[in-house]
Amino acid sequence: MAVLVSTTVNGDHAEFACEPNETLLDVLRNRLALTGVKEGCGTGDCGSCSVILDGRLVCSCLVLGIEAEGRKVETVEGMAHGAELHPLQTKFIEHAALQCGVCTPGFLMAAKALLEKNPDPSEEEIRFGLAGNLCRCTGYDKIVRAVQDAAKVMRGA
Amino acid sequence: MQYAAPETTKAAVSLLAKAKGSAYVLAGGSDLLVRMKGGFIEPDLVVDIKRIKAMREVKKTASGFTIGAAVPCAELGENKALLKAWPGVVEAANLIGSKQVQGRCTMSGNLCNASPAADSVPALVAAGAKAVIQGPKGKRAVPVEQVPIGPGKTSLKKGELVESLVLPARKPRSGDAYLRFIPRSEMDIAVVSAAVNLSLDAKGVITDARVSLGAVAPTVLLVAAAARAIIGTKLDAAALDKLGAAASAACRPIDDKRGTIEFRTKVAAVLAQRAAKIAYQRAGGK
Amino acid sequence: MPLDASYHAKSFKSVGTRPLRPDGIDKVTGRAKYGADHNMPGHLVGLILRSPHAHAKIKRIDISKAEKLAGVKAVLTAADLPDLTNGDQGMFDILDNCMARTKVFYDGHAVAAVAAVDMATAKQALKLIKVDYQVLPHVTDVDEAVKPKAPLLHEKCFTEGGESKPKNPSNVAKITEFGHGDVEKGFAEADIVIERNFKTEQTHQGYIEPHACVASVSPDGTGELWVCTQGHFVYRNHCAMLLGMDVSKLRVTSSEIGGGFGGKTHVWMEPVALALSRKANRPVKIVMTREEVFRASGPTSATSIDVKIGIRKDGTITAGKAELRYASGPYLSMWGELGAMTSFACYDLKNVKTRGYEVLVNRPKSAAYRAPSAPMAAFAVESVIDELAKRIGKDPLEVRIQNAAKQGTRSSYGPVYGPIGIGPTLEAARKHPHMKAPLGKNQGRGYACGFWFNFGGQTCTDVNVGPDGTVTLTVGTVDVGGSRASLALCVAEELGIPYDQVKCTVADTGALGHNDMTDGSRGTFSSSMAGIFAARNTIEVLKERAAKMWEIPVSDVAWENGHAKAVGSKYGNLAPLSLKEIAAAAGNTGGPVAGHAEIVADGAGVSFATHICDVEVDPETGRSRVVRYTVIQDAGKAVHPTYVEGQYQGGAAQGIGWALNEEYIYGKDGRLQNPGFLDYRIPVCSDLPMIDTQILEIPNPNHPYGVRGVGETSIVPPIAAIANAVSNAFGVRMTHVPMSPPRVLKALEAAKKTKKA
Repeated sequence: MAVLVSTTVNGDHAEFACEPNETLLDVLRNRLALTGVKEGCGTGDCGSCSVILDGRLVCSCLVLGIEAEGRKVETVEGMAHGAELHPLQTKFIEHAALQCGVCTPGFLMAAKALLEKNPDPSEEEIRFGLAGNLCRCTGYDKIVRAVQDAAKVMRGA
Repeated sequence: MQYAAPETTKAAVSLLAKAKGSAYVLAGGSDLLVRMKGGFIEPDLVVDIKRIKAMREVKKTASGFTIGAAVPCAELGENKALLKAWPGVVEAANLIGSKQVQGRCTMSGNLCNASPAADSVPALVAAGAKAVIQGPKGKRAVPVEQVPIGPGKTSLKKGELVESLVLPARKPRSGDAYLRFIPRSEMDIAVVSAAVNLSLDAKGVITDARVSLGAVAPTVLLVAAAARAIIGTKLDAAALDKLGAAASAACRPIDDKRGTIEFRTKVAAVLAQRAAKIAYQRAGGK
Repeated sequence: MPLDASYHAKSFKSVGTRPLRPDGIDKVTGRAKYGADHNMPGHLVGLILRSPHAHAKIKRIDISKAEKLAGVKAVLTAADLPDLTNGDQGMFDILDNCMARTKVFYDGHAVAAVAAVDMATAKQALKLIKVDYQVLPHVTDVDEAVKPKAPLLHEKCFTEGGESKPKNPSNVAKITEFGHGDVEKGFAEADIVIERNFKTEQTHQGYIEPHACVASVSPDGTGELWVCTQGHFVYRNHCAMLLGMDVSKLRVTSSEIGGGFGGKTHVWMEPVALALSRKANRPVKIVMTREEVFRASGPTSATSIDVKIGIRKDGTITAGKAELRYASGPYLSMWGELGAMTSFACYDLKNVKTRGYEVLVNRPKSAAYRAPSAPMAAFAVESVIDELAKRIGKDPLEVRIQNAAKQGTRSSYGPVYGPIGIGPTLEAARKHPHMKAPLGKNQGRGYACGFWFNFGGQTCTDVNVGPDGTVTLTVGTVDVGGSRASLALCVAEELGIPYDQVKCTVADTGALGHNDMTDGSRGTFSSSMAGIFAARNTIEVLKERAAKMWEIPVSDVAWENGHAKAVGSKYGNLAPLSLKEIAAAAGNTGGPVAGHAEIVADGAGVSFATHICDVEVDPETGRSRVVRYTVIQDAGKAVHPTYVEGQYQGGAAQGIGWALNEEYIYGKDGRLQNPGFLDYRIPVCSDLPMIDTQILEIPNPNHPYGVRGVGETSIVPPIAAIANAVSNAFGVRMTHVPMSPPRVLKALEAAKKTKKA
């Protein structure tokens, strides 16, 4: 039987009804129309559905929707401030860090979580920090460069 | 499916004990939700323990560390005291899955999932950790190696759940390390793994040691012969050879999609030796 | 005006620059809509029941219980998809693969489908469908499948193309031969001949977006399909045929595509979604799970290849021969043929002979995967060439340079080459700083070459000038990695206006004539050619309008830098008219300004690459790590160099994954054991180094700007380059891919034993 859940998504209050076994990924996509959150595997192996839950990076496919009760969820849709893109978003476009773009929302979330913890990561730290996100198009080269460049901008360097 | 998020351990035990049909504890969910998604299980009840305050804490006590069953592995890496005392356990916990998975998964969940390839379990076994189990008949503490009894099977009885893991206090000149072999650099299940925990005397001689191997038998192994091979030595080449031989001899692996018997048996020795060297160095040995 | 596709050297204003892509913001903000992101009013959830058996006869399917379940709106079996293919075997195979008819041929083969009001009901309905199977013996290994006593997939499969018509059926569906000269004579002239067998395991394209579609068929016979595909026109044609619909009545819209690499060139569940919709009279959405993608879409072939090459001590290759067995799944394909065509394409050989075998096995129907069939063949040939070079004491790179094909060479697969890039990429490798960089402990360096044909094909494109003078470029080739930017650059170049004045859109099938797939590295090559032609036609219209505005003959109007100019001293006082000015007046000069082009883009220039890689191997565990990688490839003309680099890097990364860890693992029961990203190990970020690229530009004479396809060749050399690097580090020749740690460790241990003995 569906349950009512009250939560915060990208800073706004959100309410939804969901089945108890429904994942947060399905809730975000199907009930809140946040289709920027992608499903690549549904088993926590690709990172496409990455969101930030109460400040921690998680795969939304490995979270039940009902667990979001009273918590804060951040998705790619909340990254830009109005017309102003987040530096990571800008640098991903500038460096062509996306080809098909389906993994991009997950990468942006993971990179954001990484840079919040470590504003000046080495190449190795970036590579291991993003190892939970699969990209099949780029070979990661341009993604790593975009994150390095964005980190620089965010540090004000 | 019913979902409950009790706020006390007692309430959780009661829910599990009274449950009709299949009941599961939800800690990080990184195994449970995958099994649900794959249709391998269809729970009637899921008890989420993350709203139980006591289970969300890492406590340093005179007798060591108590790690609540709902503490995500990512938090362990951020706990400086724990990292200093038990670097091998923490590095094992922080090898599970990805950053995303580590934001959710717990060592207790890793233990209760009862996979022989679980990353944190060999490190916990080598560390001599105990699992504190709460159930309808009260509380008991058992060595962690007694919790999993076969792939996917635990010794927990109906209504029981792990409340916390207890790591013992550290002797001076102690160190631990965990290594696993995976074909990639991240995002894999251990093909074979090894953990070593040891203490030294003032001269750098190993006084006690525990060696544990993962993914080479139906459960994680505590290999006493491997520990004996290095106790009383300064981890010289001969001791390392004996350690490797003892590790390989203890292996009872299978051929599967992740590795072969031959490969696992060989690499178990390599990892045990390498982990021993790291642990020895961390203990201050030269 | 006849369309002139030939290359003329010119200096470019837009082409070769690196502007931002037009779909960038949508893709970093989550707004871009992919296959699964679209919904239709009241759509049902479609699910497919798949065979758990590798090979079985379908005795009976009982759908009665599923049909009665509340919320189920349609249950479908092959009976709902009657054979309308009219003797077209290729289309029949597609139909049979979409929904098994009499037999299931692999673990994952579709046998039934449901459409229900929600996922839970659909899942429950699948469980209520009862299928009686008679399980048959199966064969999944390519070498086992060709043996005389192997289980037969098709009783009536008699090998086509062999020397004589076989008496007995077999799993070898077809044999194709290529070559020239006399290889036996060539081997007799050689000082050293090496013959080896190489095996490669089956890999998957591994696109991150699973297949997804939403289908709607109305009682009046019209339909709509929203789908992630590399070719919506081909999907339309195939679906219409299989469902008996009029092509014009099925409108297919391609969503943003989350990777394809060849795997989205083929319909899998789209006809099923349409048939379910037709039966239920409701829209139906089907999204594959990752497990379904692995089990039931189209991975590439597993192969077994025998290569024999002879060389003289002076470095001349005297003859090359290859027998290439490619597993194609349960149906005839052309993967062995492509392997046979590409295997020796890099070299100028007097004597060469290749035979490609299409081998049927109980695995999913193989589909294209980036330069399909070429990487496996290159692995075999490039490995033997390396070994031969060492045996005669020569640098393998120099041996390749000595034998490289050049303009005028008759290729191993027939045609005579025009200007090509194999020699130049090898020369560039020789000069590259990577070649001189010191190697660390347990490291080896390897190199290898690769070839891909590149395709052209049917292409239809529109240019429309808006009233404000901005330009809409409408193409029918799906944008898989930034082609909208590249195509806009070409049209801006031709019209002489800035890039940001051209907006490129991928149109649905209702808006343009037929376009072939985005495959064969044809997207930018062919759509830019058609776009340039459409722009030229637009310019003709613009000149006519300017002539009207000036009231002068059109023959006196020229087009320069985005302006009409009156030619001749008598028009001295006429200021040039900009495209904007002409567009603004269009309502009074004849209506909207547009140009169209419908072409078969011939003359796709062949593509070559040379890769250099450094690999470090842990001698105690057999684990290999690529520590440095360089791609050198001919692009003809790099329209948007950043995206060209991206193609080079992405292909190299896929090749590295293929070389080291990726493989389909089947159990003895014929079931796929690793249908997920946990155990089908594509490279993660921490597995790879930065991937250096060097773009060479040897203009394709058959494209106005010299463009060649760039998308595929980069996956061809990596397997061989890595195998050669491992060999150079430890002296072991790896002949079985992937070079996974257990295989490498075993080879290292065996080499140790041989040394001791």
